[in-house]
Amino acid sequence: MSATLEVRVWRGAAEGRFEAYQVPRHESQTVLDVVTHIQRAIDPTLAYRFACRVGMCGSCAMTVNGAARWTCRTHVDKVAEGGELEIAPLRNLPVVRDLVTDMREFFDKWARAQGRFRGRATRKDPFAQVSPQSEARQQANAGIECIGCGVCYASCDVVAANPDYLGPAALNRAWTLAQDERDAAGIERLRAVAGEAGCHACHTHLSCTERCPKRISPTAGIAGLKRAVAKAALQGRL
Amino acid sequence: MSFRSETLLWVAQRASAAVLGVCVAVHLATMIYAVRGGLSAAEILSRTQGSVAWLSFYTVFVLAVVVHAPIGLRALLGEWLGWRGRSRDLALLAFAALLAWAGMRAVFGVFR
Repeated sequence: MSATLEVRVWRGAAEGRFEAYQVPRHESQTVLDVVTHIQRAIDPTLAYRFACRVGMCGSCAMTVNGAARWTCRTHVDKVAEGGELEIAPLRNLPVVRDLVTDMREFFDKWARAQGRFRGRATRKDPFAQVSPQSEARQQANAGIECIGCGVCYASCDVVAANPDYLGPAALNRAWTLAQDERDAAGIERLRAVAGEAGCHACHTHLSCTERCPKRISPTAGIAGLKRAVAKAALQGRL
Repeated sequence: MSFRSETLLWVAQRASAAVLGVCVAVHLATMIYAVRGGLSAAEILSRTQGSVAWLSFYTVFVLAVVVHAPIGLRALLGEWLGWRGRSRDLALLAFAALLAWAGMRAVFGVFR
């Protein structure tokens, strides 16, 4: 292990450049530690975003040596080949400054995909009993741990080619809700995820599945939506 | 285009892909058999001319291409060139017609 890391960090917004920094190397050092060192010890004007530092909040995702990752859960040892790191903001999102992206469009797409639970019961109704063994519940379980970090969205080439595409996270959310037997949005949600910006635009590149830090497979959820939407269209319900 | 039409296009592309999977395999196997067996063009034509079976097979093949290719091209034109809307669909209808004309011309060329 060399004593220092050569780190290139994106500075600026859409227009900008990589600036080089030398950062002392430590045992068990994460990429977030590296960014924090640069801000605290070298250049306090560096803008980046983080909160929990332990892989729970999903706010510290950046592009590290070309791939979107949570910086707090990425050890330098695992990614810094030859002691070099290149740290950039997430792809497919407007850059506010340096390593901070504007996530509004990402979350607006969750709303567009009807990523909101819509119940039909009132507080006077008894609790719904959902069998943990039911297929729908298991399908929902597989995708429900998403914390909205944007890694899948930044890794998706379809989003890059078609900026209207809802993206893996929003579609995964729609899929988990479509599998929730208490949810009442039904066909309305399927309509929201149909069309050229919806689930059928997915080319099954699997980049989202490859990169998801929670090991969710949005691709599997999107495939489920494709089948559900196609079935509804063939039955004339769409 | 409505959500339903967009979705039905996707279904049509999947269904035509399944047909093409079989057609391409049969076509390649036949070509390899014909070439390795040393059949001449005249011998091949003697087998295809008047054969309703080969006419039917290659008609299905061409129709599957006519359905499949323009739908795939539609996504490419949208994503790579940003070409969407009615003009793209009309252009692709013309492309489908061209594929149908050229493909069926070839099919009848070896049938008659």
